[in-house]
Amino acid sequence: MKNLWKFVLVLATAAPAAIAAERVVALKDAPGKDTVEATCSGCHSLDYIPLNSPFLDQQGWTAEVNKMINAYGAPIPQAEAAKAIAYLAANYGKP
Amino acid sequence: MLRRQFLEALGGATALPFFSPLRAEAAEAANLTYGLPAGAYGVGQMGTLPGKRPLIEWTARPPNYEAPLSAFATPFTPNDLFFVRYHLSGIPPQIDLQQWRIAVGGEGVATPLQLSFQDLQRDYEQVEVSAVCQCSGSRRGLSEPHVPGVQWGLGAMGCARWRGPRVKDILAKAGIRPGAVEVVFNGADGPALTTTPDFVKSLPIGKVMDENTIVALEMNGAPLPHFNGYPARLIAPGWTGTYWMKHLISIEPVSKPFDGFWMKAAYRIPTGMFPTVQNFATQQNEMTTPITEMVVNSLITSPAEGARFRVGEPVTAAGLAWDGGYGIRSVVVSTDNGASWREATLGEDSGRYAFRPWTYRFTAAGPGSQTIRARATNRLGETQVETLIFNGAGYHNNVVRPTTIVIA
Repeated sequence: MKNLWKFVLVLATAAPAAIAAERVVALKDAPGKDTVEATCSGCHSLDYIPLNSPFLDQQGWTAEVNKMINAYGAPIPQAEAAKAIAYLAANYGKP
Repeated sequence: MLRRQFLEALGGATALPFFSPLRAEAAEAANLTYGLPAGAYGVGQMGTLPGKRPLIEWTARPPNYEAPLSAFATPFTPNDLFFVRYHLSGIPPQIDLQQWRIAVGGEGVATPLQLSFQDLQRDYEQVEVSAVCQCSGSRRGLSEPHVPGVQWGLGAMGCARWRGPRVKDILAKAGIRPGAVEVVFNGADGPALTTTPDFVKSLPIGKVMDENTIVALEMNGAPLPHFNGYPARLIAPGWTGTYWMKHLISIEPVSKPFDGFWMKAAYRIPTGMFPTVQNFATQQNEMTTPITEMVVNSLITSPAEGARFRVGEPVTAAGLAWDGGYGIRSVVVSTDNGASWREATLGEDSGRYAFRPWTYRFTAAGPGSQTIRARATNRLGETQVETLIFNGAGYHNNVVRPTTIVIA
């Protein structure tokens, strides 16, 4: 068991296992998807988006994106943030 | 009714494009509880982190995995089924025990220390504490209305035997100066971006000096799993998991309230909303206060939602109860939609911070469906609520929760 754990650790250091093993989250195809993928996935996996759906309205998704910028320091330009919010509200928002 | 809602929620999820047939299978295998947002049923699937058995994977990076109901069949949760919760994705892939140290320092100590794992084992009395570690947001996914965040179901918690030195003994050795109001704890994990606030937490000096507040070097008699904070994490019994700093690397007493983001802006609840005894006075303001003790709660571990029985068949309901460290006084169970309640039999008492198992025997009445409800009361007389005390972060959900079985 100990050896197996070491083996796993060796793999983890040889290649970034956390990234290699991460499942691909296929977001809905719609305008703004590229922006969301580019701006959000630097810090966290994209599963957070469908997980938090579909109960946030436009205001709710705006608050989430603004939290990422203002509280967590995500360097997202205003225009990109607006695109991301529009995509999230349209595709993962409250119906 | 509840079962219908559950099926509707699943139905709603299947209608969404991200809910692929493969995902559906995985979600079914995960046996997700009812009441979560529809999107959660598309995302939740069994996933396996290194050193762990399959857990319900909510997010991959940072990893957030909760234990399936089967992990709670025993009052101590196996290490490889213990839930995993991280805020930030800068997690060291491994920790070199030879290089790793806890720095005890800052203005608040006379003699700064750099403690190795061996120092912590050899130079201090080793104390064992059986305690529940529960995420503040456990059951957030069941909030009504739903609130953003990881949509935890029932399993963002676990109970273990934690063993290691007391924090107060470590601080005594470092010569803690008078005037400390809080102690600040940091771990080796951090943010992906330098602009994101590192996950750093403080505890009030009173809680730090409690004889049960320890640095755990062992969990259930084994090294901590990497994703539960290897090689050492802070144990703050009775208080929610946010204070249980993983991969602990620094301990710093301070004479002024710590003003980091994770104290000032996160993990806060409206002041006075919950009946907690131990509050965090130096961090409290008129509007909000840090979450502290867990509220009294229980879980029905058996039978499972939707389990089938024959009319007249004897059923043993089983579960766990816990609170913020006062101990469980009683668990009552109703099998008739809450009309009447009877005492369950409490199992072994592993201490006031641990899961308290309970069982209740009854005869399946039917045909039709029958709901089982359990309600725990602690030794302060606090009891679970019937209606959610809503708060925007989805904390402290201890609503009495029915399990519906089918009798044919």
